[in-house]
Amino acid sequence: MNNVRDKKRANKSLPFFFTTEFKVFFTIILVSTILLISTFSFDTVPPILNRGIQPATFPKGLLVLIIALTSIIYYLSFKKPWKKEKKLPKPFFLTILSFIIFITISKTLDFFLAISVLSIFVSYYWGERRIFYLLLVSIIFPLVVFIFFEMILGLRFPPGIITNLYYY
Amino acid sequence: MDNLILMMAPLFSSKLLLVLLFGTLFGLVLGVLPGLGPTTGGALILPFTMTLDPLSAIILLTSIYCAGTYGGAITAVLINTPGTPAAAATCLDGYPLAQKGEAGRALGMATVSSTVGGIFSVIVLVFFAPILANLAYEFGQPEYFALAIFGLTMLASIGDGSPIKNLIAGAFGILISTVGKDFMTSIDRFTYGINELSVGIGFIPVVVGLFAISEMLTQSTLLDQVFKRVALKAVKLPTKDDYKKTWKTILRSSGIGSFIGVLPAEGGTVASLIGYSEAKRFSKNPEEFGKGSVEGIAGAEAANNAATGGAMVPTLALGIPGSATTAVILTGLIIHGVRPGPDLFKEQPEFLYGIFGAMLVANVLFFIFGFFGAKLFARITLVPNKILWPMIFAVSVCGTYSLSQSIIDVWIMLFFGVLGFFMRRYGFSVVPVIIGLILGELVEGTLRQSIVIFDGNWLMFLTRPIALTFFVLSLIALAFPLIRSKKNKKII
Repeated sequence: MNNVRDKKRANKSLPFFFTTEFKVFFTIILVSTILLISTFSFDTVPPILNRGIQPATFPKGLLVLIIALTSIIYYLSFKKPWKKEKKLPKPFFLTILSFIIFITISKTLDFFLAISVLSIFVSYYWGERRIFYLLLVSIIFPLVVFIFFEMILGLRFPPGIITNLYYY
Repeated sequence: MDNLILMMAPLFSSKLLLVLLFGTLFGLVLGVLPGLGPTTGGALILPFTMTLDPLSAIILLTSIYCAGTYGGAITAVLINTPGTPAAAATCLDGYPLAQKGEAGRALGMATVSSTVGGIFSVIVLVFFAPILANLAYEFGQPEYFALAIFGLTMLASIGDGSPIKNLIAGAFGILISTVGKDFMTSIDRFTYGINELSVGIGFIPVVVGLFAISEMLTQSTLLDQVFKRVALKAVKLPTKDDYKKTWKTILRSSGIGSFIGVLPAEGGTVASLIGYSEAKRFSKNPEEFGKGSVEGIAGAEAANNAATGGAMVPTLALGIPGSATTAVILTGLIIHGVRPGPDLFKEQPEFLYGIFGAMLVANVLFFIFGFFGAKLFARITLVPNKILWPMIFAVSVCGTYSLSQSIIDVWIMLFFGVLGFFMRRYGFSVVPVIIGLILGELVEGTLRQSIVIFDGNWLMFLTRPIALTFFVLSLIALAFPLIRSKKNKKII
């Protein structure tokens, strides 16, 4: 009971736009509204060919439903504030950064190089310092996965500076 | 008799038996590792099933489902962390009993009750799936639409997380299914000029992202977490006294689990919680619950494994997934060109009864592996996250890429990974997104076709008795959490 009171007090001390509830509400409403607006640019079917409803009607209905339900949860959060989450630690942001690095390398240099770089980056920042294990996750294991997918599934990976060495 | 022979087919084929053995072992490993589980594992292995024939592929997925559900109990008992969400209730009594130096007894009870629950549910599946499939012959487009709506509203009533947030997540899942070319008119929706999006967003990138990648991000926030492991000497079969105490609980929970599993969109997590609370309600010693009661372990474990067979009933008979993992199995069926529904029962009984038989054998196999190998499987949890998760990432990326050989799919997977992390952080379950995504096309397709049939008159839905029944059930499913929340005060 005291905890609930403390939480309410903690939330009340912040301007409303700093609360978690508002941030979540605002993000969902903003994205849904943008998507809803974009549905108005969908092509329409001429009435003579139209069977049932227009292609945009169903997504529009869903987006209105999402906006309505989000408004309800925000309204209800005044009565019962959400559980306060702990601050996100540094490794989380580094992992997100590693995803961005992965996308950049896989697009510009090589798909497998991107996997290796992400693996070594994540493993290192999560606390692994032993060379063998860093090599295991960044080179040996991705190589096994590559060979497995290549040989057994007959998969062709996108070209890149390392993958090309294998293919050509 | 013919069906019984068909069920035994996996036992007489060395290939199928090998697939079953691998699936059971792999499922156990997935179940034991916290954060992974049969849903993620099934999604990761789906690309590999392309090298198999349809029966082997589905047997592989179902054996992973059965064994993975049981595997969660091993970690629940030994490190007080459920390997799968369905084993959360097992922690309540499994770990306290293990702390008393009776880990072997706790795991023995979990193994026996899981096996009984699993076998019971396969029997339910064998008898009820054909009946439900026959009923489905009465279904037209409006009935299927009403059924899909019922499945989605069930997410609000008994899914994990809050009811309204579950509905938002479910609606979001359906919205994802509308990306790409409209299947009736070929008009692009939400593609924004990106060619790759015109074929829609695939199921696998979304599942792998929401489960595996979001879990990787969750693990990055828990690096300082230390597990207190309880030593295990050997798994012990329950004593006569334990059997006397628990046989009614096991049977009751098996029934509850099978029933909950049959309900569209629900699964082992809900089943185990209800199985556990019912075991406590009927127990002569409710005060022992939470302190190491064998009845508590039996109640939770029999129910969550019974939900596996139950969840396969609507999946195979109607094409409506009974849980998140059966949504993956349903995708596997579709990828392999098998259309679930009543015709499947008529045209390919050998395929269906092969699956039923395989599930039965998988339950026996995980009993054997669990009984003799629990100690070994428990050691898998010693693999540090800093090594395990980069490896899972490599498999996730390659597995996702392999299905359509599109790098965009990998980026979609990463996007849903980040989204899934924040959804879970703010109390939105990711399971409704998966169910919504898989039901989306059915919901929209049947709605639009029904409107064509009814010539635009929406009220005609109410003239169809089966559809009307499902709509009433949907209203009850929506009202139920509101009534319950009056007691628990949990709407948001």
